[in-house]
Amino acid sequence: MSVFVLRRVLTLLATLVGASVIIFLVLDALPGNAAQMLMGADASPDAVRALTIKLGLDQPLAIRYLQWIKGIVVGDLGNSYVYGTPVASLIAERLVLTVPLAIMSMLITVVLALSAGIYTAANHNKLGDVGVMSLTQVGIALPNFWFAILLVLLFAVRLQWLSAGGFAGWDDGIWLGVKSLLLPSISLAVVQAAILARVTRSAVLEVLREDFVRTARAKGLGKREVLWSHVLRNAMIPVMTVMGLQFANLLAGTIVIENVFYLPGLGRLIFQSIANRDLIVVRNCVMLLAAMVVIVNFVVDVLYAFIDPRIKVHDL
Amino acid sequence: MPGSATLIEVDNLGVRLNTSRGPAQAVRGVSFALKRGETLGLVGESGCGKSVTALSLMGLLPESAVVTGSIKLDGAELARLPDAEYCKLRGNRISMIFQEPMTALNPMHTIGHQVAEPLRRHKRYSAAQARKEAIALLDRVGLPDPAKRIDAYPHQFSGGQRQRVTIAMALACEPDLLIADEPTTALDVTIQGQILDLVADLVEERGMSMILISHDLGVIAENVQRMMVMYGGTVVESGPTNEVFRRMGHPYTQGLFRARPKLGARKGTRLTTISGTVPELADLPSGCTFADRCPLVIERCRSALPPMVEVGAGHNVRCIRTDVSMAANVGALSA
Repeated sequence: MSVFVLRRVLTLLATLVGASVIIFLVLDALPGNAAQMLMGADASPDAVRALTIKLGLDQPLAIRYLQWIKGIVVGDLGNSYVYGTPVASLIAERLVLTVPLAIMSMLITVVLALSAGIYTAANHNKLGDVGVMSLTQVGIALPNFWFAILLVLLFAVRLQWLSAGGFAGWDDGIWLGVKSLLLPSISLAVVQAAILARVTRSAVLEVLREDFVRTARAKGLGKREVLWSHVLRNAMIPVMTVMGLQFANLLAGTIVIENVFYLPGLGRLIFQSIANRDLIVVRNCVMLLAAMVVIVNFVVDVLYAFIDPRIKVHDL
Repeated sequence: MPGSATLIEVDNLGVRLNTSRGPAQAVRGVSFALKRGETLGLVGESGCGKSVTALSLMGLLPESAVVTGSIKLDGAELARLPDAEYCKLRGNRISMIFQEPMTALNPMHTIGHQVAEPLRRHKRYSAAQARKEAIALLDRVGLPDPAKRIDAYPHQFSGGQRQRVTIAMALACEPDLLIADEPTTALDVTIQGQILDLVADLVEERGMSMILISHDLGVIAENVQRMMVMYGGTVVESGPTNEVFRRMGHPYTQGLFRARPKLGARKGTRLTTISGTVPELADLPSGCTFADRCPLVIERCRSALPPMVEVGAGHNVRCIRTDVSMAANVGALSA
């Protein structure tokens, strides 16, 4: 694996450093002083200055940046300006919700998109294809928060199968936790799945036109066998690329969806921290999201090499 | 006697394709029979219907294609056979080698897997059996060091080697009929001869019948017993290869022969061409399809498709002016 992976790891680190600089600069350039916000508008200038010094906000930009990075490396992210508790544990509490939410949404996305994409490609230009593709068109046009509200109206208000919001936690069994994340993950997944289904369909259709598909048919394989054993693996590269990109959208979507469903997740933490000017929390949360996106795309890159034998050799 | 029995019999085959320019009669009125061990060449320009004829024998035309007429393999009708039934024949009794070895193999699977696939499917070999047989096949087609290279991927081979792999694949189940669609067109000239010799040896060794498709008259002349010249979806001339080359009857065949590049021609000599272009299959003329490009055309050529005229033993020409064309063509080989 070697050179290929090593090169990707270096790219990954460089991307993370770049992201951290941008996040730091952007948040620093925001108007509003955290110390002023915390003390209230009536606080005396002396008190505000004292708090500014206490929070280390008087240090030069570069020093503060390096301190932050050092903190990330040793695992000390500092304390929240608002709650006074360590940022790391604040984030950890929220990840217990957001990570399963992201995984569930991604799973639902992949299952819906691959089955719809493969089905429509296999039935190209037939009624089923047109029908499912029209549905995806609707899916793409749906704003996820609005769709979330519709889901709540149907499943929580009318049918009363699921709760309209809140998180049951994992202590009373996995099922209760999963159940409370079901509607949020579906609302996050539907739009993504609609896009990914279209990507899958066109990727499969493109591979179906390849010469080696005809060769496989000439060997006596039926259409379905050719689809599963020859076409899908070839079609996976573009599908996985889009999947990796969608993961970023999905994380951004959690900020909205966690608010719609009153879920105490990372997205909601970011939202609240922005409102409170708790910039140290915002900065670390955004950095974490950026890291997740970059790492997921790194994994996608490495998976390419597993799927396509040409990539490994080419890069060695 | 199985050696002389008719293997494949095509009668009045017609194929209508749906193209972006509307329905097109890609093949019409094609008939021929092939005995076991016999070899037949199909010659013509791109779009003349030779590949469509081959694909209809394989049952691999697009779903929207309409096939009329009859294709019989050992007396059993193949035209309009359900796909599941056809799958039992393809790669088993009828095999095909394609033009582009660079794209005809799946880049994601090892060559061993791809050669073993028909064996596993049709002969129900175990993975180990199929692998052993695949190595033997790859060895037979002249792939160097097959036991070591069986787990390599197509991109690790040259064009000629890949074509050897597709040949091994096509031969895996010892088919009765091998269809080779321009098997050497995409290869270097130096490799072409080797591949054609290999195919010829294998056909001889296994007693297969072969249909060789090519636009190259030289390839046809050296590799098949009988030949058919196609133009605009119809057969314009057919007969024993020697006989056709000795006395070319159709103005199109003659034009094709004159148009081949010659070694040793004086520098600056322009290549001879057939004037005009191949007619669009979507709007073929009603009479002789070659009429618009034919130097001998008369009014009557355009009124109806000319019938096949027998001009020699088993030698037929679809032309009403053979009296003129064949008189003018005395000694075609020396032209």
